[in-house]
Amino acid sequence: MIKGKFIDNLPKVYGIYTGGFLVFIILMAIAEQAGMSAKLIGICFVAFTVLIYALIGWLSRTLQVDAYYVAGRQVPTVFNGMATAADWMSGASFVAMAGGIYFKGYGYMALLVGWTGGYVLVASLLAPYLRKFGCYTVPDFIGTRYGGNLARFSAVIVLTVASFTYVTAQINATGTIASVALDIPFGIAVYVGLASILMCSMLGGMRAVTWTQVAQYIVLIIAYLLPVFWISSKLGAGFFPHFMLADEVARIAELEGQFGFVKNSAADLATVPKGLAGITKAHSSVNATPWAFISLAVCMMAGTASLPHVMMRYFTTPSVRTARRSVGWSLFFIFLLYSSAPMLATLSKLSLIDPTLPTGIIGKTIAEVQSIDWYQNWNQANLMFISDFNGNGTLELNEFFMGGKAVVLATPEIAGLPYVISGLVAAGGMAAAMSTADGLVLAISNALSHDIYYKIINPKAETAKRLIVARVLLVLIGFAGATIAALEIQGILGSVIWAFDFAMSGLFFPLVLGVWWKRANAPGAVAGMLLGLISGTAYLIWVRSGGSGFLGITQLTFGIVGSAVSLVSMVVVSLITAAPDAATQKMVDDVRIPSGKTVLAQK
Amino acid sequence: MSKQEQHWEKTRNLLFITLAIWFVFSIGIFLFGAEMQESSIRPFGYPLTYWFTCQGSLAIFVILIFWFAGRQEKIDDEFGFSEREGDQ
Repeated sequence: MIKGKFIDNLPKVYGIYTGGFLVFIILMAIAEQAGMSAKLIGICFVAFTVLIYALIGWLSRTLQVDAYYVAGRQVPTVFNGMATAADWMSGASFVAMAGGIYFKGYGYMALLVGWTGGYVLVASLLAPYLRKFGCYTVPDFIGTRYGGNLARFSAVIVLTVASFTYVTAQINATGTIASVALDIPFGIAVYVGLASILMCSMLGGMRAVTWTQVAQYIVLIIAYLLPVFWISSKLGAGFFPHFMLADEVARIAELEGQFGFVKNSAADLATVPKGLAGITKAHSSVNATPWAFISLAVCMMAGTASLPHVMMRYFTTPSVRTARRSVGWSLFFIFLLYSSAPMLATLSKLSLIDPTLPTGIIGKTIAEVQSIDWYQNWNQANLMFISDFNGNGTLELNEFFMGGKAVVLATPEIAGLPYVISGLVAAGGMAAAMSTADGLVLAISNALSHDIYYKIINPKAETAKRLIVARVLLVLIGFAGATIAALEIQGILGSVIWAFDFAMSGLFFPLVLGVWWKRANAPGAVAGMLLGLISGTAYLIWVRSGGSGFLGITQLTFGIVGSAVSLVSMVVVSLITAAPDAATQKMVDDVRIPSGKTVLAQK
Repeated sequence: MSKQEQHWEKTRNLLFITLAIWFVFSIGIFLFGAEMQESSIRPFGYPLTYWFTCQGSLAIFVILIFWFAGRQEKIDDEFGFSEREGDQ
């Protein structure tokens, strides 16, 4: 059926895969009608998809350095776009973002703008130039451009802090989904998630991660879009929700006016389980100051352009030109999901609060809501809670609480879709979290094995030894991440936002100025990375421990402080120390034109 | 001015234009979020600011990157700096 090279057959391979997955969904739907239990369907979905990823990971095993670190630099534009989209869209995007928008409205929609706008910076400032450089990792670029082990080592530190913060959140998400779908305790589910992540990446490195990520993108986008379109038609809101929900958005505003936002007393709120929230902000109106919105968006954009696991995806394209185009495709595939998240939040909210809809619960009696099946299920999972604060026997808007994850995970069930859709959504969430965790764990272990072990400790190491070290580190980092994830220190969305701020504090200006400012030198870059990271972290700790902060910069936007310090210190230190030598200046010139050999190949 | 300097000047100008458009739709318009929300321009019936955060800005970024890539390729071709087979 399939002849010739794998790369030439990609559309066919993934076409068959997508068809197979759709057939699997239909089979599950038939099985559900035939009486298969909801629990078994959930297990089938998660187990089947994870096994497929593991199979792809095994088939992509490799013993070559180039394949392990950069997938042999032959990933075609569109497929790299899909892989980047999966790499990028984490458990937070998939399960938590629609929830954030549901609760906070406009203020959180800054994340949508920030997490897409950042790609303009990636395409125009960095990706093509780093591709021309021909490095294996982001610290590889810093270390070679600026020269010296200290610069390389500092870059590894920033990378590790940012990526590790991020990866614990992703392993936490895989654990949450695995524990719900497979019905096992969270402490064990975290390690099940970890095992699946390692199966995808250990044998084949970047090559395996690339091809599993494409497969994971296909699963996650089907799992996100299908319910949105289905619920929209079912509610009679229109068959294409993105263009047709204006009336529903207006209806929510009308209902909000009618119910009002009643403030609960602190004593009442103390009875609500931790992590659940009520609707306290208007859905579509502008409820945040311009600065609050813009500062969050700016942090997410600069963070996007500095996160190494995204940047290293563009090292895998065949050329500079394809790297640039590939960024466009990445953003297109991300756009498909991101433009749907606010639609899902709208549909979810309307179906819960509109008393004229059969699914609406506001205005019903407390006893009536408590007897609803889905309420009981999600209440048991600690994701939903109601309480009759004012004692009138009727559920009010301020008496209904939900976890952020429930917006994505529970809405299909609330809207009365068959359980097969809930199983599909669980598989999608798993795919989203796994694909990001894979990319992150690989980014950290590649930096440690390539930049610390090979470049600094043992430059004479043979290929086989380098790859063994890389794999051992991969497993160790995975375990460390899972162990911390099991402690559940910070929520998923919160840790992800922190990771962006860390990356922005330490890496944004050293990366950008490395290409765009020839005068930037090693002492400047080291000062920029370390002082940026330290000041950002210090600000975070100060605000977390009760500090008042300044300029309205919160613990979610501390990257502004870090990157400002980073920029100033980098420019000042660069200018008071000697200019880079002629060879380095020549290197920067070579990076700026696409033709010719990669900079590293010339050396 | 050498060929390479000219190429870099054009590249830099393209960067400035791209970043200017990016700035308008990621930061500029949200300075006026409250005012735009009241506007009578309502794409697909959505309030204007709401629409930009949901779809408008996002879609503009996608188009912007492809436009940028096309323009940059033209600049590279003009100066003969495009990649050729076997470069890598």
